[in-house]
Amino acid sequence: MTTTEFGYNSKIEGDVVFTQLDAALAWFRENSLWPMPMGLACCAIELMASGASRFDIARFGSEVMRFSPRQSDVMIVAGTVTYKMAGALKRIYDQMAEPKWVIAMGACASTGGMYRSYAVLQGVDSIVPVDVYIAGCPPRPEALLDGLMKLQKKVSRQPVVKDLMITSALRGAPKTPTGVVVGQAPAVTHA
Amino acid sequence: MPTALELAHRLRESFGDALSAPFEFRGEVTLVVLDPSRIVQVCQEAKSGCGFDLLVDLTGVDNYGEDPRWTVVYELFGIAHGCHLRLKTSVSEEISEIPTVCKVWRGAEWHEREAYDMLGIRFQGHPDLRRILMWEGYPYFPLRKDFPLAGKPSEVPDVAFTKPAPLEGGPFVTVAGGADSIVREPRVRTPESQD
Repeated sequence: MTTTEFGYNSKIEGDVVFTQLDAALAWFRENSLWPMPMGLACCAIELMASGASRFDIARFGSEVMRFSPRQSDVMIVAGTVTYKMAGALKRIYDQMAEPKWVIAMGACASTGGMYRSYAVLQGVDSIVPVDVYIAGCPPRPEALLDGLMKLQKKVSRQPVVKDLMITSALRGAPKTPTGVVVGQAPAVTHA
Repeated sequence: MPTALELAHRLRESFGDALSAPFEFRGEVTLVVLDPSRIVQVCQEAKSGCGFDLLVDLTGVDNYGEDPRWTVVYELFGIAHGCHLRLKTSVSEEISEIPTVCKVWRGAEWHEREAYDMLGIRFQGHPDLRRILMWEGYPYFPLRKDFPLAGKPSEVPDVAFTKPAPLEGGPFVTVAGGADSIVREPRVRTPESQD
């Protein structure tokens, strides 16, 4: 063999990888963020473009658009949230299993955008906790992918084992109703 | 093929003084129904007797500050003869109620729900008179002239809420046809700031 192989080599390492459990679990999580496509307006067209071959959101493990909140990890709010839709959106978010994240895609979902009107919710962060805001009207798929990468970075930093309910139960700590402290503060803003 | 004006005259003959004389403006014919309680009969006759088998639209108008306050507008079309006819009728604010035409055209159902949702005109005998654009329980009728563009705060516990949108002195309006993007930039344009 003339070239040096970097990374994991099963012949050398014998099917064993040494790492921290947290790091491994976070790695699993961040590379399989299944979106709940909350496509409400024109941003949804760009979201679809991100899923198609040119931009290919599958490169980030997020190609599994699940229209079931039970099977999704990140809700991508793509479009204008009217007050009438806000109730359904909140309900779907509540139905998603922890851990869950939210991407506010585009101006409307982030702030209400150009719709300064009686009918439009002025930013989806007043009803659900948003992790990543993506600017644009609508944002190009590159911007969505960049926002997704920022979310992956955030997910990779979040401890997994420490916050599991079973961990706190085994350690005798008081049970917290929500074991995972994700998505409580809007942290990363993408411009 | 009959013209819209001929059909309007034919419709008027069967009702006499319940309808105004048809008048034409820019090729469109309008009939005013003077007695709103007879709107269903007029519509039924327009459909079966004059071939207006399609209700294109049904809207309400808020003549704020005038009496009667509401005007309900029916846009009719006949697929066979291709003529368009507009019916108008007025309802005062105290009554705010008019018989439904759902029995004549099934498609009126959602149009009437919209008119109810936006203006608060009730349609007597409507099979399902709920809001259609705003959420159920919203306390205002947002297309009324005395309702601010930004909206009003409202709160129904455990159901929904609304807050006024930040208008910042707006609405922001783009002027079309500007030479460059600086001119075309949306700016605050209120009736007071118009030059």
